[in-house]
Amino acid sequence: MPSQTGPSQGGPSRTRPTLSRAEVAHLARLARITLTDAELDRLVPQLDVILAAVARVGEVAAADIPPTSHALPLTNVLRPDVVRPSLPAAAALGGAPAVEDGRFRVPRILDDAEAADG
Amino acid sequence: MAERVAGVPVDLTRSTAAATAAALASGHVSAVEVTEAHLDRISAVEGAVHAFLHVAADRALAAARRVDARRAAGDALGPLAGVPIAVKDVLVTEGMPTTCGSRILEGWIPPYDATVVHRLREAGLVVLGKTNMDEFAMGSSTEHSAYGPTRNPWDLERVPGGSGGGSAAAVAAYEAPLAVGTDTGGSIRQPAAVTGTVGAKPTYGGVSRYGLVALASSLDQAGPCGRTVADAALLHAVIAGHDPLDSTSIDAPVPPVVAAAARGCEGDLAGLRVGVVRELSGEGYQPGVEQRFTEAVALLTELGASVTEVSCPHFEYGLAAYYLILPSECSSNLARFDGMRYGLRVGDDEVNGAEEVMARTREAGFGEEVIRRIILGTYALSAGYYEAYYGQAQKVRTLIARDFAAAFRTVDVLVSPSTPVTAFPLGERVDDPLAMYLNDLCTIPSNLDGGPALSVPVGLAPESGLPVGLQIMAPAMADDRCYLVGAAVEAALDDRRGHPILADAPALPVA
Repeated sequence: MPSQTGPSQGGPSRTRPTLSRAEVAHLARLARITLTDAELDRLVPQLDVILAAVARVGEVAAADIPPTSHALPLTNVLRPDVVRPSLPAAAALGGAPAVEDGRFRVPRILDDAEAADG
Repeated sequence: MAERVAGVPVDLTRSTAAATAAALASGHVSAVEVTEAHLDRISAVEGAVHAFLHVAADRALAAARRVDARRAAGDALGPLAGVPIAVKDVLVTEGMPTTCGSRILEGWIPPYDATVVHRLREAGLVVLGKTNMDEFAMGSSTEHSAYGPTRNPWDLERVPGGSGGGSAAAVAAYEAPLAVGTDTGGSIRQPAAVTGTVGAKPTYGGVSRYGLVALASSLDQAGPCGRTVADAALLHAVIAGHDPLDSTSIDAPVPPVVAAAARGCEGDLAGLRVGVVRELSGEGYQPGVEQRFTEAVALLTELGASVTEVSCPHFEYGLAAYYLILPSECSSNLARFDGMRYGLRVGDDEVNGAEEVMARTREAGFGEEVIRRIILGTYALSAGYYEAYYGQAQKVRTLIARDFAAAFRTVDVLVSPSTPVTAFPLGERVDDPLAMYLNDLCTIPSNLDGGPALSVPVGLAPESGLPVGLQIMAPAMADDRCYLVGAAVEAALDDRRGHPILADAPALPVA
């Protein structure tokens, strides 16, 4: 069922959208997922087929159609500004992979150079 | 039919939720007896079916004892008090494991209950455990569960549908009379169709999403699974209604689903206008599915409805739009699984930085389908591609909603097959993502639109001997129409057959 027609506007100008191995590796880095070469071997052709199929949305003439992001007309919902009970800290920390001094312990977020500058 | 003593089936697991509730209310059985019968059934068939990821036997019995004590004390109890229920493992349960079928949440114990679960407990339903699902509800067969597939009680070599295959199979295998599922693109209706059970996706916003682990927030909706339309309606009434903890929850009265189901059982659909969606038939639809669907449409006419064909020209783009919108939303939603505050953490050796730990954790914790969709969504949302993919898909979503609106100017409900094919063999589509996605072809439009839809069994496909579902779709907040039509069809077919459809399922091997 893959379409040979690309999206009608913006994006890639090729006739059929494609995803290269380098692009998939880049996207995986953006999504913070490590992928091995073997995983890339499997994923790249699968994603390419899926992308070609979903690119069918480009066949619909919709330039003047407003986008719908949600089924409901969304409005901001506020609650009364009063103090309510919340999860005790011990419960919030109960599922944490690592805890220190009543807080989440996380790996370092700066590399050595950045840390030295800071 | 099961043997009865004083109006109560000897085998308590064969009873409908409504009949069990009546037997409990009249004191013919206790909640503990009903719960024990279902725990025994689970022990006997779980080895074959694998509908559950976690069975909470002790806690269920404790809950049942509390209901019995309250009843003995003369407390006013809800209509389903003491009736057992299974809950899809995507809804958080305080003190009870919640994995979403993923390794990344293995062993996690949530500190609070989802609103749906809270309402079940308040209504006195007895939570038996958590049901299997495709990882983070991504899939149509339950084969993408990290904990092994669920099997279809009609044929153990076939899939029970997905993502809520565990909930549907538990109900079909008499392990629970009711279950809660969630439906983002068909994950309640599609499993219901292929297991010969009833499943409903309520109007978006009709049931709280608080504590429902998000897949695609603009599409996700929890709803009921049961063996009869009336049972599903009773459960719908328990879990639906406004919740201040969900900003997308609709602040309006719950549609009168229980009354509609009761009215439907009387079998009179005079004055009802039914539209058959032209685009949801033809190529790719199994002959036996089309045959049973055509008969069901004829039955609607016999019951007094006026039936016309309706065109929804943009439905054919629903699958493509959905598989851009869903990955986009899920790539964002699943960013919360970063190995920092809960769940798995891999590679934290005091040397690796947070980003490295995050990337290793997500590789180890996420299965293939989840990784596929996150990467696709990351692509669809990236600069230079956003307009062509996510933006264009959102415009198609508008056009699909307009198709529904136009159709509902001339008809009260729309109908289609619930799925293009009956249950397929395990393994057949697991390495072919596109073929897997096609199972959601008929169910996706209602998710994009937000309106309610229900699947009810309409017989077995002659070529496979497996159940076929009829899908009934209605406008937002007209959920009662789905139950009215579903109950009428079910009552007429049960009457012709002389027994419920599940009585035709082969007996399961028991341990």
